[in-house]
Amino acid sequence: MAERSKPKVAVWKFASCDGCQLSLLDCEDELLAVAEEIQIANFPEASREVIEGPYDVSLVEGSVTTPHDRERIQMVRKSSKVLITIGACATAGGIQALRNFKDVKDFINTVYANPEFIDTLDQSTPIADHVKVDFELRGCPINKMQLVEVINAFLNSRKPNTPPHSTCIDCKLEGNVCVMVAQGTPCLGPVTHTGCGALCPTYNRGCYGCFGPKETPNTNSLSSWLKQSGANDDQMMRAFRGFNAWSEPFRKESESHD
Amino acid sequence: MPGPNRFEKKANLMTKKTRTIKVDYLARVEGEGALYLKIQDDQVVDVKLKIFEPPRFFEAFLQGRDFREAPDITARICGICPVAYQMSAVHAIENGLGIRVEGPLRELRRLLYCGEWIESHVLHIYMLHAPDFLGYQDAIQMAKDHKEIVQRGLQMKKAGNDIVAFLGGREIHPVNVRVGGFYKVFSKKELSSLTDKLKWARDAAWDTVLWTSQLDFPDFDRDYEFISLSHPDEYPFNEGRLISNKGLNIEASEYEDHFEEEHVAHSNALHSVLKERGAYFVGPMARFNLNFDRLSPLARESAREVGLNGACTNPFKSIVVRSIEVLYAFDEALRIIETYEKPERPFIEVENKEAEGHAFTEAPRGMLYHRYKIDGDGKILEANIIPPTSQNQKTIENDLWHYVPDHLDLTQEELTWQCEQAIRNYDPCISCATHFLKLNVERV
Repeated sequence: MAERSKPKVAVWKFASCDGCQLSLLDCEDELLAVAEEIQIANFPEASREVIEGPYDVSLVEGSVTTPHDRERIQMVRKSSKVLITIGACATAGGIQALRNFKDVKDFINTVYANPEFIDTLDQSTPIADHVKVDFELRGCPINKMQLVEVINAFLNSRKPNTPPHSTCIDCKLEGNVCVMVAQGTPCLGPVTHTGCGALCPTYNRGCYGCFGPKETPNTNSLSSWLKQSGANDDQMMRAFRGFNAWSEPFRKESESHD
Repeated sequence: MPGPNRFEKKANLMTKKTRTIKVDYLARVEGEGALYLKIQDDQVVDVKLKIFEPPRFFEAFLQGRDFREAPDITARICGICPVAYQMSAVHAIENGLGIRVEGPLRELRRLLYCGEWIESHVLHIYMLHAPDFLGYQDAIQMAKDHKEIVQRGLQMKKAGNDIVAFLGGREIHPVNVRVGGFYKVFSKKELSSLTDKLKWARDAAWDTVLWTSQLDFPDFDRDYEFISLSHPDEYPFNEGRLISNKGLNIEASEYEDHFEEEHVAHSNALHSVLKERGAYFVGPMARFNLNFDRLSPLARESAREVGLNGACTNPFKSIVVRSIEVLYAFDEALRIIETYEKPERPFIEVENKEAEGHAFTEAPRGMLYHRYKIDGDGKILEANIIPPTSQNQKTIENDLWHYVPDHLDLTQEELTWQCEQAIRNYDPCISCATHFLKLNVERV
């Protein structure tokens, strides 16, 4: 069979909403063509078939939140030549990392009657806290065209073309009127990594940071602008405490307003 | 072409007294679950749909957030049905604040929901469920023999995603929904750019109804309590009373008086049950059976064409019912675009006030209930969310209790696969089911 020469790709799920792996199935125009070039070896959301590793590329969605998953990610790493994390949960701990700022026992008691049935860690942590990660694709959710680009790049042994600039720059490229300057709407665009195409300002609202911090973000400066436009500490804390709350720059900034 | 009827295949009779069916990681469902089933002397003695998806505690960390953040935060419960979470969240909060969103804004919300039903249902019909009927591991392998069919499904799914991406900014976790309406609304001309593709897709949906109706179904009918929203003038999305075929008829604020959640050891998702009668059934089949006369004429005609008239009690046929709902959603989307007039304002202004609000809306997989308690500064004090899959869990287990005894002559592999298929009848979304149920009652 020609299958033997196709690179083996696996998709792994940790604590997440499934949206980032769904992005792969949302590539309606590309899916069958991509499937011609790769062997989908382990992708439980899409297939019953499980082909044993090692895998050429593993896509990892979700964060580590249980003792079992802490072990499982080691197994995934061992069986993968290249490990790529997809989305805010896998790269920053996700929205569920909000537990990291609280006592998780209170959380369990809020939700479950028999807390002893629930086996969970105190913190939700990104994959890179546990194993070496070869590439992190940002976003809550990821941009599906970036996903195709990253898979393509790794299968061809080249660097993915995913720019690192801020969402603010995207807005300028789109020709949007600045929502913060013109309307006083709080916007995380100046400190947020590009990837969505400045979607929120295009839809008349402020960026809420789905793609996490850009390289060297000046969060402190943004906070003083937010303050000038009338935001209080609680609002500033919540602004940085969203889907990428546990990424270091956003975490530190939110803690300074806590 | 469909292969031989898998349900009529009879294999070697098993001689062992005890048999165990185990599926350690259920495939082609959203999220992480497993099945454990034990048979002793031809009797099923244990069925556990195990949910080991790690909990994410949404209800806990919603406390202290501004109510305006709820649609974006709760969307992250599920990447497959974020619109459902956004819709239940905004309607529950608006119910508390005492505002009603009417006219074109209400229509746009229906349109957005049409998009989500389409992309979610078509994903399930073509990529998750049909491979079971035709004996393939997945849709990609199915495409090797049925390329045109799989391509048709992908393009229909794309048409649904196009609606969500156009109105919402992107298919997954759209950004345009807010309490009171939308951040941005579009002109009729802009919306009409969707029309041509939707017309093609509506025809493809008709073909899908015919195609799914010709699959092989096992004889398996049960007397279920079907529960769904019901509205006097329309097939339900965002509004209506919650009714059942066994006499339930309540509004959202009464929900918690009639339902309770059980926390069992084998599941990180709470089982939701009716206090009076136990297990019940939500989702496409419930909606279809309880609201058949409010489908569009075209959708009703397609149902009659394949012999369904609103009394479907075989869950394996849910794939046909889902297809009829897809046809309806395309038809309804086209109606909305046709009659749309751009609203003067994209949203109704809302102000902070102490409030408690409830809402249920119809997610693709069934009724999704939200309740919020808000303080005078707009902070959420309490949130309660009951997703469809936790409601169907008990019914799924009950189906297996009933299905397996009549199929013990199948081989282990065949019986295991059919048990998986019986679970997939419900399109379970385990990611949704796990993360957040709040619990009132304990029974172990």
